[in-house]
Parts: sequence; structure tokens; C-alpha cells
Amino acid sequence: MARIGTPLIDDENTEAMRTHNLALRDDLREKLAGITLGGGEAAQQRLRERGKLPVRERIDRLLDPGSPFLEISALAAMDVYGEEVPAAGCVGGIGRVQGVECMIVANDPTVKGGSYYPLTVKKHLRAQAIAAENRLPCIYLVDSGGANLPRQDEVFPDREHFGRIFFNMANMSARGVPQIAVVLGSCTAGGAYVPAMADETIMVRDQGTIFLAGPPLVKAATGEEVSAEELGGALLHCEQSGVADHLADNEPHALQLARQCIAHINWHKPDQVQTQPVRPPAFPADDLYGLIPATTRQPMPAREIIARIVDDSALDEFKSRYGTSLVTGFAHIHGYPVGIVANDGILFSESAQKGAHFIELCNQRRIPLLFLQNITGFMVGKKHEAEGIAKHGAKMVNAVACASVPKFTVVIGGSFGAGNYGMCGRAYDPRFLFMWPNARISVMGGEQAASVLTQIKSASLAKKGTPWDDAEAEQFRSDMVDRYDAMAHPYYASARLWDDGVIDPADTRDVLGLAIAASLNAPIEETRYGVFRM
Amino acid sequence: MIKRLLIANRGEIARRIIATARQLGIETVAIYSDADSQAAHVRDADLGIAIGPAPARDSYLCADRIVREATALGVDAIHPGYGFLSENEAFARAVTDAGMQFVGPRPDAIRLMGDKAAARQLMAEHGVPVLPGFDRNGASDDALREAATTIGFPLLIKAVAGGGGKGMRIVETAADFDEALKAARREAMAAFADDRVLLERYLASARHVEVQVFADSHGNAVHLFERDCSVQRRHQKIIEEAPAPGLSSEQRAAMGQAAVRAARAIDYLGAGTVEFLLAPDGEFYFMEMNTRLQVEHPVTELITGQDLVAWQLAVAGGAPLPLAQDDITLDGHAMEVRVYAEDPADNFLPSTGTLSLAQWPRHLARVDTGAEQGDAISRHYDPMVAKIIVHGASRHQALAKLVAALTATRLHGIKHNIGFLIRVLQCPDFVDARLDTRLLEHWPELMSDSDASNPCILLAAVLASTGRATGLSPWDQLPGWRGNASARIQLGVSLAGHTHEVVITSRDGHWMARIDDQQQPLRFHWQQQGLSLQWGTHALHCDPHPQANRVIVFANGLGRTVELSPSQASADTVTSAEHAFQAPMSGTVVTWHTAPGAHVDSGDAVITLEAMKMEHTLRAPAPGTVTAFLAAEGDQVSDGQLLVAFEGDQDD
Repeated sequence: MARIGTPLIDDENTEAMRTHNLALRDDLREKLAGITLGGGEAAQQRLRERGKLPVRERIDRLLDPGSPFLEISALAAMDVYGEEVPAAGCVGGIGRVQGVECMIVANDPTVKGGSYYPLTVKKHLRAQAIAAENRLPCIYLVDSGGANLPRQDEVFPDREHFGRIFFNMANMSARGVPQIAVVLGSCTAGGAYVPAMADETIMVRDQGTIFLAGPPLVKAATGEEVSAEELGGALLHCEQSGVADHLADNEPHALQLARQCIAHINWHKPDQVQTQPVRPPAFPADDLYGLIPATTRQPMPAREIIARIVDDSALDEFKSRYGTSLVTGFAHIHGYPVGIVANDGILFSESAQKGAHFIELCNQRRIPLLFLQNITGFMVGKKHEAEGIAKHGAKMVNAVACASVPKFTVVIGGSFGAGNYGMCGRAYDPRFLFMWPNARISVMGGEQAASVLTQIKSASLAKKGTPWDDAEAEQFRSDMVDRYDAMAHPYYASARLWDDGVIDPADTRDVLGLAIAASLNAPIEETRYGVFRM
Repeated sequence: MIKRLLIANRGEIARRIIATARQLGIETVAIYSDADSQAAHVRDADLGIAIGPAPARDSYLCADRIVREATALGVDAIHPGYGFLSENEAFARAVTDAGMQFVGPRPDAIRLMGDKAAARQLMAEHGVPVLPGFDRNGASDDALREAATTIGFPLLIKAVAGGGGKGMRIVETAADFDEALKAARREAMAAFADDRVLLERYLASARHVEVQVFADSHGNAVHLFERDCSVQRRHQKIIEEAPAPGLSSEQRAAMGQAAVRAARAIDYLGAGTVEFLLAPDGEFYFMEMNTRLQVEHPVTELITGQDLVAWQLAVAGGAPLPLAQDDITLDGHAMEVRVYAEDPADNFLPSTGTLSLAQWPRHLARVDTGAEQGDAISRHYDPMVAKIIVHGASRHQALAKLVAALTATRLHGIKHNIGFLIRVLQCPDFVDARLDTRLLEHWPELMSDSDASNPCILLAAVLASTGRATGLSPWDQLPGWRGNASARIQLGVSLAGHTHEVVITSRDGHWMARIDDQQQPLRFHWQQQGLSLQWGTHALHCDPHPQANRVIVFANGLGRTVELSPSQASADTVTSAEHAFQAPMSGTVVTWHTAPGAHVDSGDAVITLEAMKMEHTLRAPAPGTVTAFLAAEGDQVSDGQLLVAFEGDQDD
């Protein structure tokens, strides 16, 4: 295969970029280090005093020794609610249990009692969607007070709200994706349905409880006085009600029993792609910090980026001389074959057609697709409209939308406008979508949006006969830019689950390797397309 | 011609003989005790005969029974191997009397050499050098004491009927003589039912060098050079090599000729070994003659290119020796170690068990073994599990190959001496061939396993448990990966009953490991064969074998078992008393198993019901007291009815 990439030139410019990007990475690490503590060290200590473990330690013990953990949406709910809800009070991610890649969804009782904020629900559903699409057995570590009552209108009634969790459990179970629940704390009201809907449920004695109504509500409703343990403790559910299946003496024992459940799911990962021996890239991943420009206005050399991600820095390009603003080609990541679609400039008619063609090739051959998004949009102007750039762009969007091979998207730079669609944005159901800390996402760039909005406002004021002066216009424009920029920031996006997480660029190869490997638990289906406008 | 050969032995030597017989087209018959019915030597043979219970005296030592079974099967020769009946004159005679060939010397030769005093006298008569000593038959204690002063101290008291170090005493001074004599006589009586002893001057520093001899029924006798078997522990050979290092060609010729003279002196037939003591001044003295194939015969085979069992069978069948003395040549150097099921750290106490793992280094060495993976090592027989033998152009090369072969051996399920053997092979005295029967006494530190407390064993186990060894998926290849946070592997492990918490973390390529409270940088890399680690000042090269819930870490010949995540279930996983004593369905009380007020243990039967034509016994869910019966015998009880008032011990 063809080796791509050139050694990084160590000049002032590179050094400036490196400093900038390392600062972004360090900021991300710092934010996540705080989030990892959940409700804080004091809260964790209180948990331990009650014989319980912090949520991440629970996950460590559940996973195979040394299993990687591909966490999703750790930044969820950051700066959204006016109060801190680290990771939306719920840790989700993929890890290996008994050699099987499983989706773990674990409530963090140190964060608002593990209650479900709207974004907690969204994150739980997103984790289930990943599990369903990739056929990953689900293990729920339940320790939650249930819905966040003050926000019940954003949590309970709608299609994508709390009830959908159980809908998903039933439907995944129906399709043979195991659902295991470990009850490590309370499961009240709606929460009771997680263990009740699970294929197998483990409960910790003197700690886990399951009931439709807790003691206070029972007393209010019927006057009956009963302790939580009597009403819905592990002994009751394992011996009498049958709501739970396995009685655990303590948390570590419960997690061991969950591992035992997975040992008996008779899992077989289909063998469906031709892998190659793994070879590291020829250039160090750290080079990426010196390659990413400080703003999305400056170009980023696509092939240099790819050379730091793929096996042996080898990429066999498709149509390398045609539609050159889009790089397409075959490569391997951690031994798995991938078809790469990467922006190297703005999308023109030719590049869109080339992209559509290449996506068809990958679908035909059942090769997973990787989109490296850095796109300001499709080319505009009279000439391009006249040559039908809209219909050519639509071809690419059609191919992307219908592609049923696993798709993976990393937003490495800008993600603006219709370029987001053609490059497999969130709406196009990539199996996973990650962003780099330097990335930006919005319908158009802040500058462009601000100047469009300023023009409109200016015209409207002029019509009313109250034109503004230049200073006013500039003030409006710069406010708009700031607003757009804030909302285009990856933290803003990740907090709202527009992606599955913000990743360190140097981790991209490993993240993708893990994600591709996990996605291959689901058989690759045949692709059928919509009508291509020719 | 021998057509059907019975091997009156077991283990590696039986398999060794079967292998040659098979090549010669001879049908083989194995014998086995009840303990050996599934043993490797029985699997190898064409036919097998059960000859009695496990203890050797009831099976492998039952001469009459073996001869009877052999006759009934139409066997025409019996090979006794070594040990058991191999040097038993009566057995050899019974075999011959029954009309079969005994693959070994004539009975008279066995008897003669079995009497150490008579053998000594005969050798001296034939010009074979013997140590100054006193061997008058039936000498009294007084006569012995007097002779001792003449010989001088230190001296050796040896049982006349002796062998294997039994009935043998070194006496340093005259004052110790009486007590040593008493002890030697007592031991000899117990072991051989014969308390006669002889005296010999004791060489404080000497080598054990023995010569392989062979004689046929046509008057030919040759030697096949010597073996050095100086490295012994408690008179048991553990390392043997050929030729003996440092021997001049004159010495070699002199010893060989003396040995052939010894064989001729007793009209010897077949394979025999003449053992000499080689003094530091180069003089050698006759010790004894073993009238059988020796354990260590393979080293001779490797330097001469001959198959000694084939020679034995040829000679037993009446054929002349395959080669004349001048045609026997010596090529390179061979070395053998004996792998024993024993614990060097615990005074070489024999160990028994099943070989849960046995990967022999057959690609690097000749391995003669009686046990393969899954076979049991029984307490009834000799604890030798295998012999590992190598050949090299030089001693240096052979030694290196042997260490490599031992290091590549993977043996688990029993305690064994492989680690100890490696340490001995690498000790400077052995490397430089400063051989001496007391070599191990100079190196007491070789007994203990220096790796036993190396914390790298725990770290290797944790790293190996991460799947790296098994898969190529990134899920296997990125141990502890946590994306934006440090990679992290945390695991409870236990080694030799001690539990530790291990946390290994990595950030930007730098690894740290914490064992309990101690944290230090960790460096490691995986190799084709194994894992190299460095943690603080500790280092280890090892080959970890991950299994279901444990990892066996092999290093320097020893496998240590590290248990992963010891079970978290507490012992009192019980059902609630109330639930345990509810009638599981409607039925009739058949009987009470206890009285009110009685204390019961967990699992004790308390009450039996009959329902749906079946009896159901309810048992105590925990230790406690049955305070009252809530139903009488014959009562009809209904589903869910509580039948027993019970107070658990822990309820207080």
C-alpha cells in the first residue's frame, strides 16, 4: 500500500500550533478529571462508608481485568442546568466483560442521587442506541432515585423520554441482545422497571431495593408502615417475588455475578471483515498537535492527519486526481479495513460525486466508513448552482444516509452547513461521532452568520427609517459572532449529546479501533439507496 | 530372537525400553499397578497386564506373579529396567528358570556385585584399584573399631548389601565411630535385612565417575566411556554428564580398562556400570558395580550415538556386541538432569499431584518422561518425573542448551526441582566444572527460590490477565485504556495465600504500578516468548500463562500461581429462615428430625413433608436453634405455612 505523510517540520508555526492544541487538550483533561469525581471526593467517601463503591470503581470491577473502557459523553450536561450534574449523573461506555464488548450504563448516586435529568435520559437512550445498533449486551448498574421531579415535563412524557428506556430493553431483548441489571441501590417507581425488564437481575442484600412506591408513598396511600428492606429488599425479590434472580452479598460479589451472567450468553462475534496484522502509523500521534491550525479558517492537510491515524500510514487513494478537495481511499485502523472520506477543502460538484461513488464502493464491499469532517460547506455562487451542485451534493447525502456499513465520524475541524450532512453528521446515524477540542459545529461559521444577520437587520432598520450607525452595527455583529462561537464549541455540543464525546486528537486511532471492533458485533447488512438525482 | 518383551517396570524407563523395542519390531507388554492403569507406559505398550495394588511390594516387586503372567502370555524376554527387581538375583533366576530371557546379567553376577564386601575383594584380586579399607565377612564391632584406627579418619561405613546411600555413614573422628556404626547397622538391617558393614577410607573431596560396560555371551567386553555423576543431593544423582570433564585420555583409558577387567572378572553379560571415586590427585578407586541399565544411560547414548537398550536386547538374544572397542567413538558432550516431583525449599520433600500443565522442551532436548500433561504423580513410586538430556559440541554448549531447555519447560500441578536445577547449572563451581560429590553443600543458597518474593510476579500476572496474550483486537491490545484519563488496571491478586491490591496506570507512555501502598515506575515489554518487567529495583523475565481465574507465571523454571480477584462472596450466603421453613406446597408432615430447643447447623434436616407423592425435607438455612414446631407429625399443612420457629445464631 502507498505510504502517505511527511515528517513534521519543526518551525515557529508548528510550535505555535502545538502550544495551542496542547492547551486545548490539557483543558479537556482537566474538565474530565473533575467530572470523573462525580459528586466529589466527600460524597464518594460517604458512599464507601456505607459499603458502596464509587461508580467508576464499580465499572472497573465489572470489566475484564485491564479491559479498555470507551466512555461516551462524559461532558454531558456540562454548564446546562445552572447546577453541576457531572456526566449527567450517569456513566456510560463500552468495556469488555468475559471477552464480550458490552455497553455499561451506570448511575452515579453521588450526583443528585443518580436522578434522571433530561440529558441523563438522552444519554441513557444514546447508550442503548449504540448497544442496539452494534449488538452490544447491556449491563445496567442501577442506583438511582428515578426521574428528576422538578423537570418531569422534560423527562417523562415524550417519545424519547424515560419510558423509551424500557421500550428499548424489551426490543433489544427481543432481538437477542442480552439485558442484565445489577441493583446496587434504589430502583423506585419507573426505575423499578430496569431490573424488572432485564433478562437477568442481580441484587445486593441490605442495599438494593426495588419497589413501585417507596415507604413514604405507601404510608401516604394506605397507611401501611414498612421498611425499605421489607418492602423491596434483595431477599424479598430473590426468594419471594422473583423480581430479581441472583442474591449478592455485597457490591463486588454482585459485579462478579454479573460477569457470570455474561459468561453464559453464548455470544459469537461474526467474522465479517478481512483484517491485517496491526502496524502502528509511521508518524507519531503527537504530531497532530503541530498540524491542527488554531482556527477553522486555516486549511488542515488531510493526508498528514490520516498518516497519523491509519496503520503504517498507508492509504490507497481512490480518484486521487479528481475532485481533489475530498480525499477518499482505503486504509486499515488497528488491522480493520476502513474506507476514509476526508475533507481537504470545500466541497465541489466533483468532490461530492466522488464521495458518493466511494461510499457506494464501501457499501458494496462491506468496508466500514470513516468520515474526517473539516468542512465549511458546499461551494456557492452562480456557476456552481448552475452546474447543479445541489443535486450532486444530494447524491453524496443520499449515499451517506443509506449506507448500512458501520459509519464513524470524527469532527476534526469545522462542521458547517450542508457539509455536515454529506460528511455523516449526527443526523446520518454514524455508529459513533467524536469531536476534537479544536472543532466547531454550526449551521454556518460565526463570521458568516453574523454578517448575514447584520445585513438583514440593517436592511430592516433602514426600511423602518431608523438606520443604525457603524458602531451599533459592529456591536451587533460582534455579539452575534460571540454567540455563534460559544454554541459552536465542542463542549457545548458534547454537553447536549450532539456527539459521543470530545477526544484527544492523539487518541483518535485507538478510539476508532475500539469503536470499529465493537461495531462488528452486529452483522453488516446490505445497503439499499434512495433515488439518486442524476 | 526376542518377539515379545515384557517390561517389569513403569514410568520413563518402561517407555524408553518400549520405544526401542518398537523400532526393532518387538511386541511389548507393560505391567501396571492399580495406580498406573492410565499411565503413559501402559498407553505406549502393545499389551498391558494388571499386577496388583498400588504399593510396589504388592505389584512391581511381586516377582512370582510377574513371571507367572509373563509365562501365560507367551513372553520370551523380560527387561527389568532399573530399580524394582532389576538387581534381584532370585527374580533373574526365576525368569531364566521359566524359560525366558532375562535382559541383564546372569544371576550369579548380580549376587556377587550385590555383596559390596565380596565385590571389593574380587576387584582387588583382579587389579582394579580399591580404597584402603576393611571388608572381612562378618567382622565384629570390636574388629571393625580396630580396623578403623588403622584406616584412619575420616572413613566411611557402608552396608555390605547396600545401595542408594542406605546404611552408609561418614565418620569424622574416632569418638563418633561407635554411634555411627550402630546407626549404619540399624539402617542396613531395616533396608536389606542384613546388618553386615565394611569400612573404607573416606575421600573428603572426590568425584563420582562411572564407566559404562557391555559384555556379550561370546566373550567380548567393551566400555562406552565414562559419566560424571558428582552432583548429588543426599546421595541421589541429579545432574549427569559424559564425558567426565577434565579427564586425560590416559585416565580415561585406564578407567575404561579397569572397568572392562571388572566385568570380565565376574563373567559379565549385558549392560553394567562400574562406579569409581575419582580423587583430586587423579587416582580412582572402585566403589561398586551396578548390574543393570542406569538412569543416566542417555548421556552415553548421546556421545556414542548408540542405543544401549538395543544393545541389551541384542546381547540377551544371543547376538555378539554390535561394535568392537575401537569402533566406539566419543562425540561432543552430553548432559542430563533429573526432574523430580519434590520441593527443594522444603528439604526435597516429595510432592504429588496431577500435571495440570506439562510442556516438555522436546524441540530443544531429548526428554525421557513417564508422565505427560494430565497424568498423576503418585506417592507410591519414585518421584522422578522426567530426564532432560542434551548434546552439544562442547560442555559449554551442552550446558547452555540444557539451561535453555529447562527454562522452556512448563510444568505445573506439582512442586518440582526445575528452578533448583537451573540454579545449580548456573552456579560457578558447576559452570567451571569444579565437580565434587559435596558441591551442593558448598552452595546452600541454591536451595531457596530467589524469585519467590519478587513483586514482578504479581505485576506480570496482572498484565497477562489483560487479554494481550490472547487477542489482536484493540480491546486486547490496549490494556487499561481510558481515553482522556490515565489507562488503569486495578486488580486484587493473591500469591501463596497473600492478597494484594495492584493498580497499574499509564499516561502518555509512562507506566506506574502500585502494589498495596508502594508505588514505583514500571517498565515492561512483551517478547516472542514471555514478558520482561522492571519495577523499581526488581526485575523479572517470565512467561505468564493466563487461565480462567488465575495466571501461572513461569520464571527461571518455576511456575507460580497468582489467583485473580479472589471470590467476593461472604460465607453466609443463606436464605432467610422464614422462607426456608415455609411449606413449599400443601402436604403432610411426615417427621421431625430434631427436637424443640435443639441447636442445628446449616444444612441439617429439620422437618420432612410429603406432598405430590414425594418427600420434601426442609433444612436449616444457618446455624441456630429450633425454638418451636408449629405443626405436628401427620398434620396437613398448606402452601406457605410457617412450620418452624427458628432463631439463627447471628440474630442475637
